[in-house]
Amino acid sequence: MSFQIQDLSVSYGKTAIIRALDDHWPKGQLTALIGCNGAGKSTLLRALAGLSPMQGRLFFSGRPLSPEDQRRQVAYMPQDTSAQSSLTVLEVVLLGRLGNLGLRLPSGMADAAMTALDTFGLTQLHDRQLDEISGGQRQLVFLTQALFRRPKVLLLDEPTAALDLRHQLLVLERLRQIASQNGTVIGLAMHDLNMAAQYADRFIGLSGGEKIASGATTDVLTSDNLRRMYGIEARVTRDTADNVQVLPLRAV
Amino acid sequence: MTASREAGSPQSPGAVQTAPDGARLAVYCSGALRRLARLAAAAAVLAALMVADILTGPAMLGLGDVLRGLFVPAHADNMTLIIVRDIRLPSTLMATLVGMSLGVAGVHMQTILGNPLASPYTLGFSAAAGFGAALAILTGFSLPFLPWLTVPLSAFVMCVLAAALVFAFSNIRGMRPEIMVLAGIATLFMFQSAQSLVQYLAAPEVLQAIVFWLFGSLLKASWNNVPIVAVVFALTSLAVLPHLWQLTALRLGDARAAAIGVDVRRLRVKMFALVALLTAAAVAFVGTIGFVGLVAPHIARMLVGEDQRVLLPMAALMGAITMAGSSVLSKLVSPGGVIPIGIVTALIGVPFLFFLILRGQRRHW
Repeated sequence: MSFQIQDLSVSYGKTAIIRALDDHWPKGQLTALIGCNGAGKSTLLRALAGLSPMQGRLFFSGRPLSPEDQRRQVAYMPQDTSAQSSLTVLEVVLLGRLGNLGLRLPSGMADAAMTALDTFGLTQLHDRQLDEISGGQRQLVFLTQALFRRPKVLLLDEPTAALDLRHQLLVLERLRQIASQNGTVIGLAMHDLNMAAQYADRFIGLSGGEKIASGATTDVLTSDNLRRMYGIEARVTRDTADNVQVLPLRAV
Repeated sequence: MTASREAGSPQSPGAVQTAPDGARLAVYCSGALRRLARLAAAAAVLAALMVADILTGPAMLGLGDVLRGLFVPAHADNMTLIIVRDIRLPSTLMATLVGMSLGVAGVHMQTILGNPLASPYTLGFSAAAGFGAALAILTGFSLPFLPWLTVPLSAFVMCVLAAALVFAFSNIRGMRPEIMVLAGIATLFMFQSAQSLVQYLAAPEVLQAIVFWLFGSLLKASWNNVPIVAVVFALTSLAVLPHLWQLTALRLGDARAAAIGVDVRRLRVKMFALVALLTAAAVAFVGTIGFVGLVAPHIARMLVGEDQRVLLPMAALMGAITMAGSSVLSKLVSPGGVIPIGIVTALIGVPFLFFLILRGQRRHW
């Protein structure tokens, strides 16, 4: 039972961005997408969310995923947190369930949105405008919006990039809980390999739009793969809790 | 991967359906009520201004005469009835409807272009309408059976033609806002040049008629054309209803709106067509009236925020208030005559906008 990607390719004009990618992301697990800038992580996430034209097929629990299924079941959070908008925080979260919103809010919707804001301690900000809060707070608001959709597949592009260390840990812990409790498939592009190693169940490494490796942490985070993906020399060790740790040494 | 597994058990953010919390709901409801109260207050101000507009004019009518003429015609004399019902009421209704149309069209333009400087005229619609009207006045052509419709129809057709031109050009590049603005500005200059050429070629008395049309005036309002503007406004409003939240989402930017399920391109095309219709209908009968479509949305946004369920009616009210207020002022400034309303709209709207900008603490774009 998983989210299955079959022979997925994305091209902009004649330039291939993702080439013939196959993978499967199990339910209830976090899959971390890693790779250097321009490797194709964001493009892959956008294609999986149905926001970029792609070739190939997607399956969820063995059934083909139609574009309509993609819209209803897949939530995607873009990387950019710079939205200059005077919408309030509560309105932004409500927009997560766009399909259910009408002239009158459905009963309990506003309260559910307020409760969702509680998840990351944002309730007090509910009537603040988006452009009045910090970039990190905006990232948490957009994350709350994505979660408020109650998706079966949650795709997050660098969800902790604008957050302080405490909130990075908090977010990743919550994502783990959501995955395990709701059986949500979560894919997240990340640059912090050690943080990813601590929380992700599995990895997929990209370089130049091609899959270099995918699978368990120890299978992907190897010195050889890191050299191929990032062009760096790195030492990969395990800490006392058996977490994989990556120590970058030099660019090669 | 092990450390996180022992984390505590805060509620799952994905499972947010908890029992209603009265206090939280009260906080949300108080905000919603505040916005509704502001809408009601704006509607009351508009109603007062509409009555004032009907009261104002060369024929000195009292409030009692006006109210009798409007609501108890059996008790009003014939002259009062003609002045109130056939002369002043159409003009007041036209001012209101044009203000509402331009206010709503302004919100749509600013939303779909993501640009606070956008207005119904940004894409050259008014210049095209002006050219259409000028051409009809210059040629002296008159429609058989419907001569009163000749100039408005010509303005309307040119407005729609300008919209088709901007659409055809922008559509090649996926209706991107920056391409739409560029295509619109090019169209604007093209029709402005054509308009200038017509003015250059016109004889002095024809030129005077063209310039008067371009100023924008409510004197052309009648029971023939008021219903047309009303029907266009009503139909375009109905067409927008299913998209209110999508338009709200568009204020987060194209990428985020698309990520939560908005078909951005389709929405932009639809709203573009509606703006073209709204603007064409409004401009065709009263001439080019600037400023209202630019500023009414900003004033509305300051009062009720970005939620389009409230923003659109508030922008309509603000547009109508600006127009009705300008109409009253245009008659008071020049007793016995009427200064074209297009000249007055900015004079009355700018001070109010400055007041709101100076008073408010928040950013509104």
